[in-house]
Amino acid sequence: MAFRLTINGTVHELDVADDMPLLWVLRDELGITGPKYGCGIASCGACTVLVDGAPIRSCVFPASRITGEITTIEGLGTPEDPHPAQAAWIAEQVAQCGYCQSGQIMSAVALLDGNPDPSDDEIDQAMNGNLCRCGTYPRIRAAIKAAATTEQQDG
Amino acid sequence: MGRARTIARRTFLIGSAAVAGGVVFGYWRYKTDYPNPLLDSLKPGEAALTPYVRIDQQGITVITPRAEMGQGVHTTLAAMVAEELDVELDAINVEHGPASKAYFNGVLLEEGIPFASIDYSQTAERVRAFTHFPAKLLALQMTGGSTSTPDGFVKMRKAGAAAREVLIEAAAKQLGANRNTLKTRSGYVESEDGRSVAYTELATLAADIEPPSDPELRPRSKWRLLGKSQPRVDVPAKSTGTATYSIDVRLPDMLFATIKMNPVLGAGMNAYDPSDAENMPGVRKIVPLEGGVAVVATNTWYAVRAANAIRFDWDSGTYPATTEGHFDVVKRAFADKPDSKFRDDGDVDEALIESVEVDGEYKVPYLAHATMEPVNAVAYLRDGKLDIWAGNQAPIQAAKDGAKIAGVDQDDVTVHTTYMGGAFGRRAEMDFIKSAVHVATAMEGTPVLTTWTREEDTTHDNYRPLAIARFRANVSQTPTLDLQVSAPSVAESQFGRLGMPVAGPDITIAQAAWDQPYAIPNYRVRSYRAPVMLPVSSWRAVGASQNGFFHESAIDEMAYAADKDPLEYRLALLKDNVSRGVLEKVAELSNWGGELPDGHARGVAFVMSFGVPVAEVIEVQKTGSGIRLVSAYAAVDVGVALDPRNIEGQVESGIIYGLTAAMQNEITVRDGRIEQQNFNRYDSLRIASAPDIAVAVLENGPKIRGIGEPGLPPAAPALANAVFAATGQRIRELPLNKHIRFV
Repeated sequence: MAFRLTINGTVHELDVADDMPLLWVLRDELGITGPKYGCGIASCGACTVLVDGAPIRSCVFPASRITGEITTIEGLGTPEDPHPAQAAWIAEQVAQCGYCQSGQIMSAVALLDGNPDPSDDEIDQAMNGNLCRCGTYPRIRAAIKAAATTEQQDG
Repeated sequence: MGRARTIARRTFLIGSAAVAGGVVFGYWRYKTDYPNPLLDSLKPGEAALTPYVRIDQQGITVITPRAEMGQGVHTTLAAMVAEELDVELDAINVEHGPASKAYFNGVLLEEGIPFASIDYSQTAERVRAFTHFPAKLLALQMTGGSTSTPDGFVKMRKAGAAAREVLIEAAAKQLGANRNTLKTRSGYVESEDGRSVAYTELATLAADIEPPSDPELRPRSKWRLLGKSQPRVDVPAKSTGTATYSIDVRLPDMLFATIKMNPVLGAGMNAYDPSDAENMPGVRKIVPLEGGVAVVATNTWYAVRAANAIRFDWDSGTYPATTEGHFDVVKRAFADKPDSKFRDDGDVDEALIESVEVDGEYKVPYLAHATMEPVNAVAYLRDGKLDIWAGNQAPIQAAKDGAKIAGVDQDDVTVHTTYMGGAFGRRAEMDFIKSAVHVATAMEGTPVLTTWTREEDTTHDNYRPLAIARFRANVSQTPTLDLQVSAPSVAESQFGRLGMPVAGPDITIAQAAWDQPYAIPNYRVRSYRAPVMLPVSSWRAVGASQNGFFHESAIDEMAYAADKDPLEYRLALLKDNVSRGVLEKVAELSNWGGELPDGHARGVAFVMSFGVPVAEVIEVQKTGSGIRLVSAYAAVDVGVALDPRNIEGQVESGIIYGLTAAMQNEITVRDGRIEQQNFNRYDSLRIASAPDIAVAVLENGPKIRGIGEPGLPPAAPALANAVFAATGQRIRELPLNKHIRFV
């Protein structure tokens, strides 16, 4: 079926199966490859994107049913001009293989937008759906705290 | 790939510019018998002297011989060159080299010889040096075995130094100055009278100058970059969704495929009925493979949906249908002649006649690699040329296998090694690349990305073998330890897939069991080779991943039987000072022996693997609902720590990867099929359960060592020993959650 999606501020016209998950629209139809395929069952969080600021697992969410504005990692910032969360990720040198980090950062951005000063428990709760096989969790915690501090100072 | 542009792109840029010119440097003298692969991709007017450093008008590029799998090695290898070349790390591009014999890994086979890594005797060193010849002859361009840093340490610095010498020579000509009066700084050659010329402007002149064969290297006291933590070159791209993994490669008119293989590994396909699948939306072609099919579609999701609609008649397999059957086979191998008996000190039999004070049987399951990025590759066959884009640990093998399947000459295969969403040994295997080339061959003229679903990835891995260990010990004045390990052979399985036989014992079955630096008076370690059933492979730390658990659990049992503090007991048995150093350091870091809160307890383990002694302490808390991980402490000795923060990250990673497996992971077999398909049944440690980790990096060892793997082996025994300290329950089987609950 034909439908429209607004992704990172751009409107896209699509004509794909109405149950195709958003992830595969992004990756294989539009070439937006920041969101990653990890499990296909909403278990690992590598595919996390924001819809109107809320994190969703795009690997199980049918694209045709989304009416809100979609933000992927590409919509946050660039290596030259990173979003504060991305800047914190770079400063803390979080990434190893890096494959899960798009999803980690999107979950962190959603957390920090709603809660500028999360506690350890709140970080654990918000980030527990994002798996990292390299085990970068200690640095993810550090980066979220660093980003929270920066945003508070800026805000 | 961030700042790393491809060779093809660069060649195009240079070719379209009015001025052409480039130069490639490296440490090449004694390797001249392998051609410099960069020569093929340079235009007239450019020169390529060696394979590691290319300088042209566009900038300075370091060509790394090893792949970036997440271990940070692109940064460390680039820093080695930058140190000697006098350039800043952020002023250079980093590229993975092409598949080429020139990039052979010299030290890869060092671990495969029966000399303990602390054995620096003349014989051991001579045999070790000898392994560099087959490594070169086999052209092992392999990333693995924690070898990239030691292999590159001299080569890459010499490449940088040789390039610098040539640039000075070129500047002397250009400036009409005496070369002895010239200095280099930050990408420029400077003269005494204040003139300076950029390296990039010297490329054409430099191309005609023969690089020195054995340039002098700077002493450590002069290092600017090495020895200090550097920002990783891949981190900005990986933090902004702009790093390209093979699953992200997009080419014009590309199609997407997935595969569906017999759930019984290695067994064939009698028949399949694609009638429901072939007319589904987006489907372009169904390609029969050996033991399964591939579905090619306009979108991966269409391909997966269609693959699930195919009806199969699968052939049955040859290995036991249940996990119990697999363990029975491993157990039976103890009755065979030992595959190895590399350690046999004192008289164990005599010592155990009188009494056996402590004994036990341990076992560990098969494990999957479960890389975050499911295995996948892009392949494109057209006009007799094959291009492969794959995160891979062995590009020459990929080219060889790709050529055979596509029916082209190996010289007509180009392997593009991308970033990898994890590897841990998985991407040293060629199965996923071969399936992609089969698809590309059936789809000649069209590039195709073939992605294995998470389910195919988990159920068709080449697994860490299951293993059983038995030990008997006495803890008298002259302690005795008799350890036997039985497992299917990784070497036999892996080399079998490459069509190569394995001569002699498989050292991985006894790895990190026979070669530990304990001075136990009566000390014997024997390994037994069970038949290969499921395909098995290198899994992070290989044999040390299970043997660290076996050996260090046994040592812990001995310590408690002797009524000694487990850390003091180990120190008393360790005669190697570097090893003692890491134990003493971890004791200090963790305040071992200090007062702990109620319900808290600690375990310790020491394992030397890949030449790196590592001691870890894990603290747990016994709660009403289960055991909680509190903290982990590690001390490692890498001899020379080139990038301390990255080393710490690798140790943290090894600990979490090891704890994940120890606590909850197993691959089991039922009706010949793998029972775990996805992360819901093969989960990883999550952030909420991950302990705080402190790492100390020491430099007392006599050789520089790699650190991708050694952090892992002590994690499982340190945790199991902590659980014993907390509960009195000695768990002799992994995963531990078969016996206790974690919260």
